[in-house]
Amino acid sequence: MSKKEVRLFIGPQHPGVTGNMSVEVLLKGDTITWAKTHIGYLHRGFEKLMERRIYIKSFPLVCRICVPEPDTNEENFARALEELGGIDIPERAKWIRTLVLELSRLQMFIMWYGGIAGSMGLSTPVQWGIGDRDYILDLFEELTGGRIYHIYIMPGGVRKDLPEGFEERVLKVMDMIERRLPEYDEIIMENAVVQKRLKGLARIPKEWVDEMGLTGPVARACGFPYDVRKDHPYEAYPYLDFDVITEEGCDAWAMLLVRRREIDLSINLIRQIIDRMPGGEFQVPLPNVLYWRIPPGETYVKSEATRGEFGYYVVSDGSDKPRRVHVNGPSFVHGITLLERLLVGQNIADVAPIMVSLQTCPPEMER
Amino acid sequence: MGLKEVLKPLGAWRQVARRPHTILVPQRQREAAERYRGFHVNDLEKCIGCGTCTAVCPNDAIDMVRVPGIEPKKGDSGFRPRIDYGRCCWCGLCVDSCPTMSLRMTNEYIWIRDVPDDFVYIPGYDIKGFENKEKGYRKEKEHSFTHYHRVPMRELPPEERVETFAEVVLGYAEEEARREADRCVGCGLCIAGCPDRMHIPDYIRAIASGEYERSVNIMYENNPFAELCGKVCTRRCESYCSLGHEGDPVAIRWLKRFATERFSDLKQVIKVKKAEPKDKSIGIIGAGPGGLTAAYYLALRGYRVTVYEAMPEPGGMTMAGIPKYRFPFPSLKKQVDFILSQGVDLKLNYFVDQERFRRLMKEHDAIYIGVGLMKPWTLGVPGEDHPNVIYAIDYLRKVNFNEPVEIGKKVVVIGGGDVAMDAARVSRRFGAEVIIAYRRRKIDMPADHEEIEGAEEEGVEIWEKIIPLRVEDAPEGRVKLVYGKAKMVDQGPGRRPKPVLIEGEEYELVVDRIIVAIGQQADLSFLPPEVAEKIEVERGRIKVNHRQMTSYPGIFAGGDVANRVADAISAIADGLRAVKGIELYLQGSMD
Repeated sequence: MSKKEVRLFIGPQHPGVTGNMSVEVLLKGDTITWAKTHIGYLHRGFEKLMERRIYIKSFPLVCRICVPEPDTNEENFARALEELGGIDIPERAKWIRTLVLELSRLQMFIMWYGGIAGSMGLSTPVQWGIGDRDYILDLFEELTGGRIYHIYIMPGGVRKDLPEGFEERVLKVMDMIERRLPEYDEIIMENAVVQKRLKGLARIPKEWVDEMGLTGPVARACGFPYDVRKDHPYEAYPYLDFDVITEEGCDAWAMLLVRRREIDLSINLIRQIIDRMPGGEFQVPLPNVLYWRIPPGETYVKSEATRGEFGYYVVSDGSDKPRRVHVNGPSFVHGITLLERLLVGQNIADVAPIMVSLQTCPPEMER
Repeated sequence: MGLKEVLKPLGAWRQVARRPHTILVPQRQREAAERYRGFHVNDLEKCIGCGTCTAVCPNDAIDMVRVPGIEPKKGDSGFRPRIDYGRCCWCGLCVDSCPTMSLRMTNEYIWIRDVPDDFVYIPGYDIKGFENKEKGYRKEKEHSFTHYHRVPMRELPPEERVETFAEVVLGYAEEEARREADRCVGCGLCIAGCPDRMHIPDYIRAIASGEYERSVNIMYENNPFAELCGKVCTRRCESYCSLGHEGDPVAIRWLKRFATERFSDLKQVIKVKKAEPKDKSIGIIGAGPGGLTAAYYLALRGYRVTVYEAMPEPGGMTMAGIPKYRFPFPSLKKQVDFILSQGVDLKLNYFVDQERFRRLMKEHDAIYIGVGLMKPWTLGVPGEDHPNVIYAIDYLRKVNFNEPVEIGKKVVVIGGGDVAMDAARVSRRFGAEVIIAYRRRKIDMPADHEEIEGAEEEGVEIWEKIIPLRVEDAPEGRVKLVYGKAKMVDQGPGRRPKPVLIEGEEYELVVDRIIVAIGQQADLSFLPPEVAEKIEVERGRIKVNHRQMTSYPGIFAGGDVANRVADAISAIADGLRAVKGIELYLQGSMD
């Protein structure tokens, strides 16, 4: 650090930072010359906590690994346990799970859509995003009993069946959101501020995708058609009809386009799911959860979260607690490896849009 | 990019003319969804304090605490859950695992107080105003963590049963047993129901995890007749089971049977720790389950033990009284042999009379009386000395010792207890037509409901409210029972209704044999007068203290002769208690 540089911490208490993390930067004028991600503000240690509690007690915990989109965690952990414990779940449970995952993805993207505008100081879309997301949270509340933490997907299926008339209400909300989206586009996509700032921002060299293991909308914005839902389908995804969304451009604008199209895709998938929802049981009985011992083994399950490939590596030693759980969140590479290098040479005012574009989520780095 | 991109975002102003989405709390309250996970409520009457909610709570937010006005009672620990809302994460696992379904959640989520302590409270006891709220997260019985349905036990079909003395119950297969054992939530309420306080949740958990050897070893910590109990126990533990409130209790008895039956040689399975031999000897009168239990644990503690038995085989009532289709002889022999292998001396065909009792008192440092009840109660009606009137206890003994018995084609069994059921079902196996005549109603019968059902399946008829009046001779070597009918008179709450004879009506029933099974009494004539006068007897039973010692120091008693429950497990419990008592007595530190 030369005398002409200034050391600055952005976060952990900063409205533009995506959660409890901070970025330490060296500034020369307005330009960042060096960046380092700092985590450790959560103090939660999810993985270690799970090693000391029986499997079922981990379900209210895993959902907290990503607050805005908790269901991926529940689904992954449940699927891993089912794989290790040799449990086959009914068809309906798979479809309900997929519905929950897509609703969750949708509300996350809507919130993000407002959030990206917010990171550039446009406060209206943020309010809209939070507001419209609440209609989906209402659905979650009705289905699962909780708005944010659903604790709904459990090994063996899901905890409760769809309430009466739930499907129609989902479709109604979808229609409502679809009506609202052009208004969003008007103030975000067709906004001179957004276009000016995002186009060309945070351009990622294509080779980084492979080098760093970037996934999700970040990779797809670089033209890599990688989507776990398509490449390693799980739950009901093999039966759904969709194409992987890609954009060329590798910059924040391309990421915005990918995510905007993902919203449409999610709505489409939800309609498909509702349309083809099978009947029957939604749960198979588990062994006594208080004493559930899972045969020794290890497994890695993964799924597509809004941020990228999300995975759970679970090792069982035959006892009633996991020997090891490792959560592989995409934000680890996006928020540390990629972000630290991407920030170099950028303007300090662009730190927030870049972080939001990468959609980093601190609990995934610091689990 | 041009002017269009500058002007387009102004379209947001359209919102000004629209209605807001927001709800202005608190002016307008928003009711949460039907299955919202809000504040808990608990039905204190339904809750049994089993603590399953505490066990499953991921945040240790639930404590079990005593609540004024709720006392521990049968199958109820007297504790109730107290929830700390500073820890609660509203996951609802407690609701999904509550065996009695007393705990549920309301859809209330607003509750404002300035005192932090108010957020740690006992739902249902600390009234918060949303107790009557119907909406909220509830457990669905069939979609929860609790397994309410018992794995059914396979039995011989009734028509096959009456042909043979083969065991009726076929036992669980391994997979069935593990599935059944896995239902147990481990609350331990059952332990209070077992007179012997067996470590039920522990051995059931061992079965569930496939550690059968460990399971049997846990049982043998305080019961050397685990297999006997696995077959014929009165299983009061099961009526205490927390799963029994909304479903079937765990089949504790059948699981014990499953584990013990797996091992034919107990010597290789049970790991005994024998103490150094001690220079004291104990005499035990009666080789029933109580006497042999005392003998086993005394022998393990290093005492010299001699058991005196009047019958040619050990086992007491379990040998002479329980029919073989319930408790086969090889099973008894296996258990008794193991007890004897611990250095217990057994003298068979040794009837202790007054003279011998005096000698035993000289030879031994302590004596345990476990002679049981071998003298049947009589009906006390005229003509009872008719040769065709027999007593169930003698009848069953003869059958079990393969002595010849003649009962004819039609019999009536008088009584409603387990002995009456045994006598009836044995008679069915001899091909007789059987009627059970009981002075109360079927629901009042003290017999195990499974025995009653079993008897009916096998074709036994049950007549209710029958009061025998006299016995008369009938032609062709038969016998006539003259009886009246009874009406049930209510005796107030908590007491069994009393049967009262309806005067002026008489009915007749001609049968080949009348089998009397209305209970047994103690025969204490073997006690020499100088001892008998010092031993307190209360309503036909020897009075003992909490260590099973009679009022004569050094003489202990247990089993049917001392307790009123009169089943195998309480005899075993008495024997076990007496071991501690005898040890304390011999050390001179009786408390």
